[in-house]
Amino acid sequence: MRLERRIAMLTAGIDLGTKTTRVIVLNDDTILAQRAVLTGWEPQQAGENALTAALEDARRARDDLARVVATGAGRQAFSLAQHNVTEVTADARALAFLHPRVRTALDVGAEEARAFKIAANGRVLDFAVNEKCAAGAGIFLETMARTLEVTLDEMSALALQATGAVTLNSQCTVFAESEVVSLIHAQTPRAEIARAVFASIAARVASLARRIGIEAEVALVGGIAHSVAFVAALQHELGMEIQVPRDPEYIGALGAALIASDSVSLRGA
Amino acid sequence: MTQEYWRWKEYTWHAPDVSWQHGKIITAGVDVGSVSTQAVVMVDGKLFAYANRRTGFSSPDSARRAMESALEGTGLTIEQIHYIVGTGYGRVNVPFAHKTMTEIACHARGAHFLYGASVRTVLDMGGQDCKAIKVDAQGKVVNFLMNDKCAAGTGRGLEVIADLLQVPIEEMGELSLQVEREPEPVSSTCVVFAKSEALGLLRKGWKKNEVLAAYSRAMALRVAALLRRIGIEKEFVITGGIAKNIGIVTRLEKELGIAARKPDFDTQIAGAVGAALIAKKIIEER
Repeated sequence: MRLERRIAMLTAGIDLGTKTTRVIVLNDDTILAQRAVLTGWEPQQAGENALTAALEDARRARDDLARVVATGAGRQAFSLAQHNVTEVTADARALAFLHPRVRTALDVGAEEARAFKIAANGRVLDFAVNEKCAAGAGIFLETMARTLEVTLDEMSALALQATGAVTLNSQCTVFAESEVVSLIHAQTPRAEIARAVFASIAARVASLARRIGIEAEVALVGGIAHSVAFVAALQHELGMEIQVPRDPEYIGALGAALIASDSVSLRGA
Repeated sequence: MTQEYWRWKEYTWHAPDVSWQHGKIITAGVDVGSVSTQAVVMVDGKLFAYANRRTGFSSPDSARRAMESALEGTGLTIEQIHYIVGTGYGRVNVPFAHKTMTEIACHARGAHFLYGASVRTVLDMGGQDCKAIKVDAQGKVVNFLMNDKCAAGTGRGLEVIADLLQVPIEEMGELSLQVEREPEPVSSTCVVFAKSEALGLLRKGWKKNEVLAAYSRAMALRVAALLRRIGIEKEFVITGGIAKNIGIVTRLEKELGIAARKPDFDTQIAGAVGAALIAKKIIEER
C-alpha cells in the first residue's frame, strides 16, 4: 500500500516563463530533479524538452508521473499538463512549504512582477501584478547590464562597491537606458551607475508591494533574488529583512509540483 | 558599421528674404530636447535662420552646435543677438541664454505664431515626452497634460522600433500606410514589451509594414487618450518630430475625427520659435 502510494506520488511542476521554462520532478516532498531551458518562441517545445531532461536526470519515464501541473505565462499552451495554476498560487504553495512564516511575497520575473499576501494556511489573500511596464521587471536589469557592458552578476558585484552618489531620474527602461549612456559619457563610475540601477528597480518593486500592504516576513522569489545587490536595495527600500529561498527561480515550478501532489493524494484518499 | 535606422537627418535653414543688418530686435530661442536640439534666430519677429541637430551627451555643447549652425554663413554672431531664451529638457544648460522658459509656454507661443491665432490645441510629440496643450487666442497656455514618464508615444519609442525593423525613421510613416487592411494595434503599451511583441509578429510571418501599422496605431491610440483627457478643440496642430510621421498623424486624425492643420515648415522648431518670440517680448517690454 505504502509502496503503491510512493510510486503514484511522482509529480512534475512546470513553470513556462516568458524567458525561461523550469521543471521540478517531485517524489512526495523530495525534489528528484530540476531543469531549466530557454522558452524561446515555442513554449510547448521548451516545456517538453525541460520535462524530458528532468525525467532523465530523475531516471524516470513520463508514464511514471501521476500528474503534471503547469504555471507561468505559457501555462495554457502546454498540452502535457493535466492542470494549470497561476504563478501566485504556485509561489504561495511553495513558500508555505519552505518558509511557512512568510506573509508577503514578491516574485520578480523577466517581464512581470507580482506582490502577494499569504495567509497562515498558505492561501493567497491579495495580490498585485505589474505586467504593463518593464521598469519593475527583470528585463530592466538585463537592459541596463547590456548598456553597461557587464553581466548581471558583474553588475550586482559592482553595485555593492558603490557609495550611492548617483540616482536615475527616469523610471522607463527606454529612458533609463539613454540616461545610463549619458552617465557613462560623463565619466560616472560604473559601480555608482550599477547601484542606481538596482535602487531604481527596487523602488518600483517596493511600490508594487505597498499596494497590497507589507507584512513580515517578506520573501523574494524569481531568478533576480540571486542578486545580492538587488536584495540589499530592496531591503533598504522596504526597511526590513527579506527571505530568499534556496533556488528562488524554481519556486513556481516547485509550487506547481506540490499542487500536483496535493491533488493526487486528495483523489487517492 | 551597421546602418543606424533611427538616425534622422540634421539640417539648417536660412530665410532668403530677411537680413539681420537692418534689424532692430534680433532674438534667438534654443530648445535643447532629450533627442534633438533646435536653434531659431528671428529678426524683428520674422524667421531668419534655424538649425536642427541631434542632442549629444552634453547639453551645452549641443546648444552651441545648433546655434553656430544656424548662424553659419550669415555673418551674425551669438554676441550680436540681443536676447536669447533657452527652453526644453536641457534648458538650464544653454550657457549663452539670458533666460530660460518651460517648453510648454514656448510650444504654445511657437504654434500660435507658426499656425496662426486660431490654434486652440497643440500636441507636442517630442523625443522623450508628449504634451497636450490648450492655448488661448494670444498663444498663452490655458491647461496642459504631459506624459514624460514612459517612452510609449514618444520619438524615442519610435526610434527603438525603427532599429528593430531596420526601417529608416523618415520612411516609417509612409511604409506603415502601405497595408491592405489596418491590423489590430500591438497590445503592449511599454516599448520594451511592444518590441518583443513586434518580434513575435515578424516570426508569425507579418510583413514589416504590417508590424509598423500595428505599432503606429497603438501609438496613435495612446496619444489620443491623452488628448481626450484634456479635451480637444479646433484648430488642432501637432508639433515635434513625430508630426512628420504621416502614418501616426493619419491614424491619430482618424481616431479623433479631427484633422490637424498641416505645416509648411519644420514641426520641430515650434519650441525654439516660441522661445525667440518670448525673447522679443522681453526686449520690447524693457
